[in-house]
Amino acid sequence: MSASRIVPIVMPKWGLSMKEGKVTGWLLEDGSPINIGDAILEVETDKIAGAVEASEPGVLRRRVGTPDTVYPVKALLGVIAEAAVPDAEIDAYVASYVMPAADEGEEDQAAKYEFADTPTGTLRYARRGGAGDNLILLHGFGGDLDNFLFNIDALGETATVYALDLPGHGQSIKNVAKPDLASLTAALAGFMDKLGLKDAHLVGHSLGGAIAMRMAAEAPGRVKSLTLICSAGLGSEIGSYVDDFVAAQGRKDLKPVLETLFADKSQVSRQLVDDVLKYKRLDGVDAFLKALAQAVFGGRKQQDFPAAQLAGKAPPALVIWGREDAVIPAAHAGNLPGATVKVIDGAGHMVFMEKAGEVNALIKAHIARS
Amino acid sequence: MARTLTMRQAINEALDQEMARDQNVILMGEDIAGGQGGDGELDAWGGPLGVTKGLYHKHPGRVLDTPLSESAFIGAAIGAAACGMRPVAELMFLDFMGVCFDQIFNQAAKFKYMFGGKAQTPIVIRAMVGAGFRAAAQHSQMLTPLFTHIPGLKVVCPSNAYDAKGLLIQSIRDNDPVIFCEHKNLYDSQADVPAESYAIPFGEANVVRDGGDCTIVAYGLMVGRAMEAAKQLSPKGPKGGVECEVIDLRTLSPIDWDTVIDSVERTGRLVCVDEANPRCSIASDVSAMVAQECFKALKGPIRMVTAPHTPVPFSPVLEDLYIPSAAAIAAAVTKTMAQ
Amino acid sequence: MKTATKKKSAPAAFPLDRAGLLKAYRTMRTIREFEERLHAEFAKGDIPGFVHLYAGEEAAGTGIMMHLQDKDRIASTHRGHGHCIAKGVDPKAMMAEIYGKASGSCRGKGGSMHIADLSKGMMGANGILGAGAPLACGAALAAKFRGDGAVGISFIGDGASNQGTFLESLNLAAVWNLPAIFVVENNGYAESTSRDYAVAVDSYVDRAAGFGLPGVTVDGLDFFTVYEAAGEIIKRAREGGGPALLECKMVRMYGHFEGDQQAYRGKGEVEDIRANKDCLKMFSERVIEAGIIARGELEAIDRECLAVIDEALAYAKAAPLPKPADLLNDVYVSY
Repeated sequence: MSASRIVPIVMPKWGLSMKEGKVTGWLLEDGSPINIGDAILEVETDKIAGAVEASEPGVLRRRVGTPDTVYPVKALLGVIAEAAVPDAEIDAYVASYVMPAADEGEEDQAAKYEFADTPTGTLRYARRGGAGDNLILLHGFGGDLDNFLFNIDALGETATVYALDLPGHGQSIKNVAKPDLASLTAALAGFMDKLGLKDAHLVGHSLGGAIAMRMAAEAPGRVKSLTLICSAGLGSEIGSYVDDFVAAQGRKDLKPVLETLFADKSQVSRQLVDDVLKYKRLDGVDAFLKALAQAVFGGRKQQDFPAAQLAGKAPPALVIWGREDAVIPAAHAGNLPGATVKVIDGAGHMVFMEKAGEVNALIKAHIARS
Repeated sequence: MARTLTMRQAINEALDQEMARDQNVILMGEDIAGGQGGDGELDAWGGPLGVTKGLYHKHPGRVLDTPLSESAFIGAAIGAAACGMRPVAELMFLDFMGVCFDQIFNQAAKFKYMFGGKAQTPIVIRAMVGAGFRAAAQHSQMLTPLFTHIPGLKVVCPSNAYDAKGLLIQSIRDNDPVIFCEHKNLYDSQADVPAESYAIPFGEANVVRDGGDCTIVAYGLMVGRAMEAAKQLSPKGPKGGVECEVIDLRTLSPIDWDTVIDSVERTGRLVCVDEANPRCSIASDVSAMVAQECFKALKGPIRMVTAPHTPVPFSPVLEDLYIPSAAAIAAAVTKTMAQ
Repeated sequence: MKTATKKKSAPAAFPLDRAGLLKAYRTMRTIREFEERLHAEFAKGDIPGFVHLYAGEEAAGTGIMMHLQDKDRIASTHRGHGHCIAKGVDPKAMMAEIYGKASGSCRGKGGSMHIADLSKGMMGANGILGAGAPLACGAALAAKFRGDGAVGISFIGDGASNQGTFLESLNLAAVWNLPAIFVVENNGYAESTSRDYAVAVDSYVDRAAGFGLPGVTVDGLDFFTVYEAAGEIIKRAREGGGPALLECKMVRMYGHFEGDQQAYRGKGEVEDIRANKDCLKMFSERVIEAGIIARGELEAIDRECLAVIDEALAYAKAAPLPKPADLLNDVYVSY
């Protein structure tokens, strides 16, 4: 038996600033069979709580990480191997495991944010992978590219992934002439032009989904496939989230608003709230969000239906929804004719965070098909 | 884009960005550029600790070195503010208020009220506060309570670089007189600070640590020490077993009573930490309010951890004793938990 | 510019036209009537607190303020009623303020010692002696940044001229070459203490010289001398020539405050002021003698001023009191 058949489970790195994480609990027992994408154990950082998922199949042979203990990124938390591998070999593997030294060069390559000067202004993005088709991740209203921290690396295994801060969001330009769906779509086109991306698979969450659809309608040749996650633009109903998000001034009023995004409210950590609050307080953001909210979701009704413009020219489309989405009803999932639909239980509007492994697998399969 | 900046850099950036945004923003103070009238370099100092370095050349004519004459230039800054400017005056050490206090508390603080609401005085007075700099009794005091006492003034004391930038920008945009207290031992402390401008609203305390057993209220340098104490006391620490909620007041006037009271209602215990002297301090103020508002929630006596009722001593061995330590804070928590 | 004591202006040549002279007289008479009425009303006990009267000093404030516009700022003293009126503050609002009424200049929050109207460039009477000097420097600094040719003027009594704030301000204005003017209203008394007891130099011009400022001493009872000297100083400041000091020697007709028994005065001093040192009488005689204005015209103005003060007093007495809620408002712009 070769040690290469032993696969380590390590403390993941979710986002640029993550240095360590706390094991909060194991979801599987020793000896459990494992398939790719299965959630194995739960980890919490100051920003977010999430599940570590299997990247290889096998059997969970050893739980190394102790609950309620903090481990650095890349520390050994467990071992996956086939049932046939002897215990002694597992013991030896654990005993001799050396945490890979932080490779500065690699880290810079992998995690660095980049900036592109587009006609709309400077846009921030992150890039992962390098093989395969282009894939662009588009976040929702008030979000940023870090929303995809559980997805970007996994998707980067089979595609060249770009995650974009939309204009007015994250660390992209805040001074946007006319914040609406048309200008955000134009910004996406400008971004693709600037980076020389002739076409791409678009994965859009919420508002980002509406942008992806509009892009597909306006420039069908540039969109190889659509993945719409709890997407706007598929119906008129929308909850009070957008209004509440815009109105929230401090941590106390913002936290309950952010909690409506998740089926599991405990996902909203103090750091998540702080980060959103810091964003909201940047000069220009408040005015931008108010204008964008009015243009796209004014009067608590969705104002744009790019799905309608797609009739007859829609690229292969996958619609994913969290069953407990409290922002846009999951009933909208069926509103794009011809699309593959997957509604996931136990998840809310941020289904791609709450059920990252499942969503990542769905997207990968969808792209492979398209 | 967020970069790691020191508090010194964050304050400099806030001044720079506000000066670029609003031509009415001017800086005044002793040696804030430095080198005026000599044969050597202009902007030789950029303030005694280099906080304003570089702004003199970036904003020509708007960084005014003043004579050593606090009454005159603080008063002139106040007068200019009443006439539509937005001066940021640097008093160097808050201890120097002794020679210009009338202009601050009888003039700037009173205009709005005394003139029936028809005047506003958007001035910021920046000054260094706090001990630990081996600067002895006249350059080390934490005089925040004196200013907090006076209606009409706002008092700000950031604990980190991120807050310093956002609170200073708010101070400059604010239409009331603001005393902006910069702890000299925090100038080199680092935090992630967005490159963009942002304002942090006044009267919003920052809960920097959640905990259910005891509330620790602090501001300025004491926030870090309170956090250290909380860490020592948490279950994985050597002393074991107490989870503290740490509240950084950030602004002392206005003060966020709601956050303090909400927290004590949950924890039932309170330790107030203040680098100021104990009598009529922020610590005693918070203690009194909590005693009045949360009496039924309290499970143990409120404890205050402050400097002693002495001037700040010079000898390092004495000065280190003077400043409230993490160990003293932890001991106070343990004491109130025991009852 | 010379730093010297000015002689009385030549009687024949008036620096103002007829309209200007009538305006000056009206201003001075309004101040006098306002103060005389306060003197009478205060004795009745209806006015809260204490008031300091400008009666007898009208020529100085008026001679200076005749050169000013709303954009020019003045920082006044505790004896500020005359400055207010000369700077254009509404006497009705002033009277209501002195009576602590809600419709007063400061909504009843300031009183006699804190009347202000920033829209008229009146930065406030000030209860702290000497405190106005740095504020006027600030006004001058703001004017310099705006480049609008405005000036900042600090009024200061002979007593407050010993304050560090005043002396520091002379230096600051000089080193920054501010369009700031320092008017020393030398009425001979700091409260009950004689000017000569508390000030060692003979002339404030010497004090100005010590800070590198030009200065001039004038007879503050002579409107025309004040007017001319102030005009020169103000013009120079507006044109970038920098700060200057103007000392006006004058008299106080009443005590430091109303109710002051003035036992410190010499025998016959007050009577002498009334008879021989009344700046209004001096002004009237000059313009009538010169044949520019008829006595009847001045008497008509007297009657009109009387009516203005009657109206102001009636208004003040009838005005509503502040409401209890007013105790708590206007501490901050926002809090």
